[in-house]
Amino acid sequence: MIEQYIPVFIVIIVAVIFAVATVVMSKLMGPQRPNSEKESTYESGLKPIGTTNERVSIKYYLVAMLFIVFDLEVIFVYPWAVQFKKLYSQIGISIFFSMLVFLVVLELGFLYVYKKGGFKWD
Amino acid sequence: MNEFYYIIPFIILAAGILISLVIEMYFTSSEKILPWFSILTFLASGFSALFLVNNVKVVFENMLMSGGNVNFFIFIFNLGAALVTLLSIDYIKKYHTYYGEYYILLMSSVLGMSLMAGAKDLIVIFMGLEIMSVCFYALAGINRNKLKANEASLKYFLLGSFATGFLVYGMALVYGSMQNTSLEYLFLNFTKFNTNILFLAGLLFILFGLSFKIAAFPFHMWVPDVYQGSATTVSALMSTGGKAAAFSAIIVSFASVLTVVNTNVFAPYFGAIAVFSMLFGSIVAIAQTDIKRMMAYSSIAHAGYMTIGLASGNSYGVSGIIFYLAAYTFMNIGAFGIISIVEGKNDTNLTIKSYAGLANKKPILAGLLAIIMFSLAGLPPFAGFFGKYYIFIAAVKAKLTWLAIVGVISSAISVYFYIRIIVLMYFKESEEDFVIENSNTGLLSVIIAVLFVILLGIAPNSVINLISYFAK
Repeated sequence: MIEQYIPVFIVIIVAVIFAVATVVMSKLMGPQRPNSEKESTYESGLKPIGTTNERVSIKYYLVAMLFIVFDLEVIFVYPWAVQFKKLYSQIGISIFFSMLVFLVVLELGFLYVYKKGGFKWD
Repeated sequence: MNEFYYIIPFIILAAGILISLVIEMYFTSSEKILPWFSILTFLASGFSALFLVNNVKVVFENMLMSGGNVNFFIFIFNLGAALVTLLSIDYIKKYHTYYGEYYILLMSSVLGMSLMAGAKDLIVIFMGLEIMSVCFYALAGINRNKLKANEASLKYFLLGSFATGFLVYGMALVYGSMQNTSLEYLFLNFTKFNTNILFLAGLLFILFGLSFKIAAFPFHMWVPDVYQGSATTVSALMSTGGKAAAFSAIIVSFASVLTVVNTNVFAPYFGAIAVFSMLFGSIVAIAQTDIKRMMAYSSIAHAGYMTIGLASGNSYGVSGIIFYLAAYTFMNIGAFGIISIVEGKNDTNLTIKSYAGLANKKPILAGLLAIIMFSLAGLPPFAGFFGKYYIFIAAVKAKLTWLAIVGVISSAISVYFYIRIIVLMYFKESEEDFVIENSNTGLLSVIIAVLFVILLGIAPNSVINLISYFAK
């Protein structure tokens, strides 16, 4: 059982050795001539502005949460749409209405967020 | 017949949630409409559950169970939530914190509890638990401007998600060892797996997760802070519905050890948490000065009494737990209801001392609270007495007499702090001078709860026969 995994372990060990070796070797053998331009944070060639631990507005989390809701909706709807013909022949029209109920529930929540001003950006 | 016929209580609740979303969106006077609409929904769902109590059936590919015990649980949840909603109307007015989400979240949490009670699959238990818990996390902090409410909400959320992690890990282990998540399969093949250490560890982890929700001893640390910080009405539902739902989940997922067929391998665990919860809850409650904290420790003690029923592992134990939960629901909603009426703005009048001389100021409230306290202490002829009686009978029948003796000692200790309230109300002069606002709906809700407490105390046989007929 465990013998089958020996090649995997070898790959992991080789990968670790390779990664550590490249970093250590370049640090030891490469030329080191630091200047202020090199030490600064890489920001697409622009000069960095401010610090990295900036506070993010809570609104971004709201947007991210709403995005997840619709992401999940798509995850449910896609397989349903792809398999619809097969399911329709097996189960009948109720397969259409079951997805309709799901969408109505979801859209009602969406409408609630809209009406409560969840999308207002100040 | 169509499978949807059997889940009418769930459908009514879900439809009620959606309609109340629309009400909250489009009606500016939703503060007046929404509570009554949600009471209507709770009653419709509860009574439809009672109406369907004889149609015992497993529906949706072994996922949900309907009828019998399940519908009895759903009835209790809905009735309790309806009483809590009645209480909330004036409580919310008093604090000037109306958010429409309050009632919607209340209904959603009851839907989650009902799913937990009807679960026939580990996944459904998890789903119901999450629906219930997420609603409770939000409800605990519904009073957004109060610091203590925010603390309670965050504390409950962090610890609760940790407990859920344990639960899911346990489910994963059980699934890994038996290649199935069906509770029916677990029940039928328990003897095949009960030597598998991975399987038993999984069940134990599930038990840890649910012990957190029933507020049993080693997992109780959140209880006092959360009950104290969150709105009193929310604490009322959390301590009754949440506990009852977690107990129903334990009963369905551990059905295999709660029958006489298999030996109760978890009896030592149940016995230990029962003893520690009872004694810890009863003794620590004596030292409390805040009445909500006192009720929280009493809630831990009551979780201990109910766990005796699980330790005894026979049908007496199960029907005893269900009776106890019904009695406890009405007692605790009544107690928290009176606390919410006496409570003033900004968390005043919440100490035990503020109940001194209540009998002179509000004789009706004092009388109702006295009945509830007698019942919580377990004195006849109230519901609390028969709850404890059936649980202890079950323990004696299972040859766990020592556990029943510890239970009796613990309830003797608990008499001290329950009766102390009555002594303060009737034999002490009021030290603080404050006005208690009248609340007709709140009073109505407490009176209904007390009537149930008396009814379950006077005629417990009819109820217990009904329950044990279905709890096979």
